[in-house]
Amino acid sequence: MGKWMNRQSLVTILGVLLIYGIVQGSIFMDVMPPFVALTLIQICIYVILSSSLNLINGITGQFSIGHAGFMAIGGYFAAIVIVKFHGPLVLALLVGAIVSAVAGFLIGLPTLRLNGDYLAIATLGLGEIVRIIFLNTEYVGGASGFSVPKTINWTWAFGLTVLSILVMRNFINSTHGRACISVRENEIAADAMGINTTKYKIIAFTLGAFFAGLAGGIYANYMYIIQPMTFSFLKSFDILVMVVLGGLGSLTGSIVGAIVMTVASAALAGLPEWRLVITAVLLVAMMIFRPTGLLGTKEFSLSFLGKKGDKNAASKN
Amino acid sequence: MGSVTLQFLQQIVNGLSLGSIYALIALGYTMVYGIIKLINFAHGDIMMVGAYVGWFATTTLHLSFLPALVLAMMASAILGVLIERIAYKPLRNVIRIASLITAIGVSLFLEYGGMLLVTPQVRTYPPVFPDTIYNIGGIIVKYGDIVMIVTSIILMVLLHVIVQYTKIGKAMRAVSFDTEAALLMGINVNNTISATFAIGSGLAAAAGVLMGVYFNTIDPLMGIIPGLKAFVAAVLGGIGIIPGAMVGGVFLGLTESLVSGLGWSTWRDAVAFLILILVLIVKPSGLFGKNIREKV
Repeated sequence: MGKWMNRQSLVTILGVLLIYGIVQGSIFMDVMPPFVALTLIQICIYVILSSSLNLINGITGQFSIGHAGFMAIGGYFAAIVIVKFHGPLVLALLVGAIVSAVAGFLIGLPTLRLNGDYLAIATLGLGEIVRIIFLNTEYVGGASGFSVPKTINWTWAFGLTVLSILVMRNFINSTHGRACISVRENEIAADAMGINTTKYKIIAFTLGAFFAGLAGGIYANYMYIIQPMTFSFLKSFDILVMVVLGGLGSLTGSIVGAIVMTVASAALAGLPEWRLVITAVLLVAMMIFRPTGLLGTKEFSLSFLGKKGDKNAASKN
Repeated sequence: MGSVTLQFLQQIVNGLSLGSIYALIALGYTMVYGIIKLINFAHGDIMMVGAYVGWFATTTLHLSFLPALVLAMMASAILGVLIERIAYKPLRNVIRIASLITAIGVSLFLEYGGMLLVTPQVRTYPPVFPDTIYNIGGIIVKYGDIVMIVTSIILMVLLHVIVQYTKIGKAMRAVSFDTEAALLMGINVNNTISATFAIGSGLAAAAGVLMGVYFNTIDPLMGIIPGLKAFVAAVLGGIGIIPGAMVGGVFLGLTESLVSGLGWSTWRDAVAFLILILVLIVKPSGLFGKNIREKV
């Protein structure tokens, strides 16, 4: 990465800082309605969730629909560190993410041998098992939920989101990320070219679980209470819809998908049934008319602002 | 007989009733998967629609059990064919994941569209059967249990006859074996797939009506969990294999009843998924399936 500080990354950094500054400014000046603030934090959480699911489903091509399970693991373990051991927030988020990653590794080891539909249904089942375990554990409040103090603010949520995206972007553009893409494109060919496909599937799955756990930790420390019902497979489907909407295999697509869906569901908050009906119709129509999602595997970039900005390498696959 | 044995036998009876419902739903899953290799996530929700049609037939139209059952099966069969034609058919030759996502979409649509239509409120099924209870040596068998098991057996025998001895059944088996070859032999593949959806959805509707009658209450989200469990049953028996779905369904029903009987009813759903994962890891082709080597 010799041209680390080219015009394009400068523009991106400036854009990120600008978004942060505007929101932080309006929170500071107390002109931000609480509902908007809530939606913004939710966008951050969903951006992390959808881009981490994209790492598994889009980049590596392994169809997982149990992402809410990892979110639950991260959320509950972060909450345990905060509430039961009175640990600092950073430690809590880290513990949640790491436990989730370990769970992802252990779950991925046997299940990633399955492919396609079978993997989908196995991950769905695992997500539900995780939820039922928390539901039956009195230590974390069982069905009535687990109260957690609110310690996450906009700076934390936004900072962690940017950091997560950066790590995932670098992963995708690294040798390992390329190997993952090759697994998606043709597993047998990748195998024949000497790529350890199982290893890369597990790496992607573990990394995806790590960030889902992180998002769960942010969620738990923002929402005051976490309940097992929140992490049902409907949540996994929500995340999946964002990934599919943005385009399987496009990191920026996931970000766009997460923003669009979160804003849409916030706008339809008064009509919860309509929200899901619209989601459903969108999903079916999308698959029929544009199965690649909004961006396909392309990456959205601000390269047109730079002077012949070199295209993001990931868009050429 | 000791009370433990009695309890055990009681749970077997409950398990058989529950298992026959799972088996009926699992049959639809397995038939659809066998023919177009699609996990029809909406299948459980078709069952829900069947339950609502049955409820409507018994309350508003004052029909008795059998006509209500037939009406529900017919309505759901039509719905199943419509879903296949509108949502799944355009995606038959696109990547598999696309149709899986579509199936999830259709499922959400039926659940929440249903909620808009009939409100989320829980409905109570009218008492269709007499409350007769048979006490066989201490084991309580409800009239509903018998109807449920007998109806399921009749439907399964009917299905077996259709699949094995009729022309459309033969076509279904042929398409499931090799779609392209079947097409070359002059079989109308589209109609055969529609017939499969119709039969599968009809069986699901029967399961829905039976479930409504047995548990008394129905709601728009009632199809999710039985749908997922029936899928587990189908995988357990070997997906795409009809006798496998029956055995898998009954096995799952029995396991669940025994787990509940031991006092762990909150873990019931987890056990079903655990079975699924164990089956997938140990023998993904299921109890009755053959291992097929993947070729390049």
